[in-house]
Amino acid sequence: MSDTSDRRDLLILGGGLVGMTLALAAAKKGMTSHVVDRADPADLTAEGFDGRASAISTASWNLFTNIGLAQRLEADASPISKIAVSDQLKPGQLDFVPDDPADTLGRMFANRTLRLALFEAAKDEPLIHWHARAGVIERRRGEHGVSVRLADGKELEASLMIGAEGRGSPTREDAGIAMANWQYDHRAIIAGLTHEKPHGQVAWEIFYPAGPFALLPLKDDADGTHRSALVWTVAERDAAGVLKLGDRAFTAEVEKRMGRLFGAITGVGPRSSYPLGFHHTATITAERLALVGDAAHGIHPIAGQGLNLGLRDVGALVQVLDDNLRLGLEPGEAQGLARYERWRGLDAFMVALATDGLTRLFGVPGETASAVRRFGMAGVQRLPVLKDWFMDEARGVSGDMPDLLVA
Amino acid sequence: MADARKAKLTIREDEAAHFGALAAEWWDPAGSSAMLHRLNPVRLAFLREAIDLHWGTSIEGRRPLAGKLSLDVGCGAGLLCEPLARMGAEVTGIDAAPENTAAAAAHAEGAKLDIRYMAGELAEQDIGTFDLVTAMEVIEHVADKPAFVAQLVRHLAEDGLLVLSTPNRTAQSRLLLVGAAEAVGAIPRGTHHWSDFVTPEELADLLGAEGLKMSEPRGIAFSPFKGLHLSDDTSLNYIVTARRTAPPST
Ligand SMILES: Cc1cc2nc3c(=O)[nH]c(=O)nc-3n(C[C@H](O)[C@H](O)[C@H](O)COP(=O)(O)OP(=O)(O)OC[C@H]3O[C@@H](n4cnc5c(N)ncnc54)[C@H](O)[C@@H]3O)c2cc1C
Repeated sequence: MSDTSDRRDLLILGGGLVGMTLALAAAKKGMTSHVVDRADPADLTAEGFDGRASAISTASWNLFTNIGLAQRLEADASPISKIAVSDQLKPGQLDFVPDDPADTLGRMFANRTLRLALFEAAKDEPLIHWHARAGVIERRRGEHGVSVRLADGKELEASLMIGAEGRGSPTREDAGIAMANWQYDHRAIIAGLTHEKPHGQVAWEIFYPAGPFALLPLKDDADGTHRSALVWTVAERDAAGVLKLGDRAFTAEVEKRMGRLFGAITGVGPRSSYPLGFHHTATITAERLALVGDAAHGIHPIAGQGLNLGLRDVGALVQVLDDNLRLGLEPGEAQGLARYERWRGLDAFMVALATDGLTRLFGVPGETASAVRRFGMAGVQRLPVLKDWFMDEARGVSGDMPDLLVA
Repeated sequence: MADARKAKLTIREDEAAHFGALAAEWWDPAGSSAMLHRLNPVRLAFLREAIDLHWGTSIEGRRPLAGKLSLDVGCGAGLLCEPLARMGAEVTGIDAAPENTAAAAAHAEGAKLDIRYMAGELAEQDIGTFDLVTAMEVIEHVADKPAFVAQLVRHLAEDGLLVLSTPNRTAQSRLLLVGAAEAVGAIPRGTHHWSDFVTPEELADLLGAEGLKMSEPRGIAFSPFKGLHLSDDTSLNYIVTARRTAPPST
């Protein structure tokens, strides 16, 4: 290893929402990092690049508060006061409302808003060295440290490597970590919608045989236009067609599925899509390597909740690393990584299983299946344990919480 | 081992490679020292608390031992010396086996840490006194325990802190540490001789004879859920501090 003058604690590969939050949270604890992302920050934050919106659970919001991000975001938050679950808009809807009306089930943000806030915060943080538009040519992990060579010849060194490049993580593949991965032949269509009536801060999960159709309440535009984020699951074979529809035809299809819940649909933003599948890695660590975010685990069963799972990884990993550093142990030290693995492995696996279960429960067509689903939902309504799990999952307070995610 | 201090100087090139391999073996978290690796964060957590209590350092700080001299007796390949150095101490590690200290030196070089390693008996060294003296899992291997404790205390600065850990001599430790753990290979065979183990009362007496006051012992216990952890149960293994004045009240 050549130049060691800029050896850092962390080498974070992938500066998406999870990778960036990790760098910031680590910096708050005095840890230095390199963050490498192949994309151009200008593209990442351009209007329309990322039509996604994410629910930030109460626990994730605590994390943002603890790392000084909440003030930047507060004004753009759209609180979720209720999650309504329905089978094809038939009667027998299931409502999730927090016990305390002052409480929320999370706050909605456009991903673009989150990215901008993270970029701003990272710019002011001297402990983060950001490498944008950078491709990784070679990764090395050894007894005493890790390094990568970038396409421009630059060498970056650190104590611990972190794979945060999302679900296609080349760092995970490079480490030979295998994934259980079965495709469902489904795809989520993502788009922003504007509509006539206010959403009343309600998030909708409407189940159809092809999969859930979810509406997530966004903040009104500056001119008072009401907005929601749409996450619509369709069969893979139909996805290309749906993406290609003209705005008028697309709007008609959407209205067919959500009825007049929010009055007329007045506009549709750029559409993108996201392949869905059960995806779970057996391990999330290797020698001097930890995986976080989508690189470590698959999609969350409740639309928009994927980021929360990744932020819990961040909280747990930063706590483990901070404890290590207090004890004179390196970030890349094996016992700390084993602790991270024990802490996060089970949580991610439970979520993956729930996703699988929900997809199967709601993925069966036909009247009988629909009756069974309604019966299943009534069961959830009546079974406090299940209902609490769903609520806690939405709020992000299930499991053993990392300190950073506690108020 | 005629002159231990020269051991390091007389290592040949080909031997260096051998010690490098040995260090790799010692430092492999899944290798024959796996148990020590798992024990390390547990005893370091105890040590960190003792350090902050003794010197009044902030529990958040990364270098509570900055400016302190630290001696680790029975240092093996440096599993404890390296964290002590990262906590800011100027560290000396000593071990009876020259191949251990050579392996330790090879590893410290790779980790870019400046640690002084010496091979030989503590009694033969003229190295002054230290603010922090540690002897983890050593006293149970020593034949003349009073003499060993006297040597530890001779190297302890007037207001210094001594930390010791060792297996307890109980029915449980006989069954688990010597019997089961060695039988399944969790600990290399022949590591422990149960009759050489010291109880906390005996250790307090040994330290008392040298004018030191021992703290309440903390247990290092094992459970399938928590793994190795600090506990009130001292029946297997325990860890203590000792100092010339009474410990500060918590
Ligand atoms: C279109 C879309 C829709 C989604 N919809 C939902 C949903 O409805 N519900 C849900 O729960 N979750 C959803 N997710 C997942 C959710 O957005 C993620 O869980 C969350 O954003 C966490 O992402 P991350 O930071 O781990 O990875 P990402 O957000 O994927 O970020 C990865 C980062 O790594 C960079 N990168 C990638 N490859 C490389 C490389 N080789 N070298 C360097 N950098 C690289 C990328 O530029 C990017 O910045 C969706 C994801 C997508 C893409």
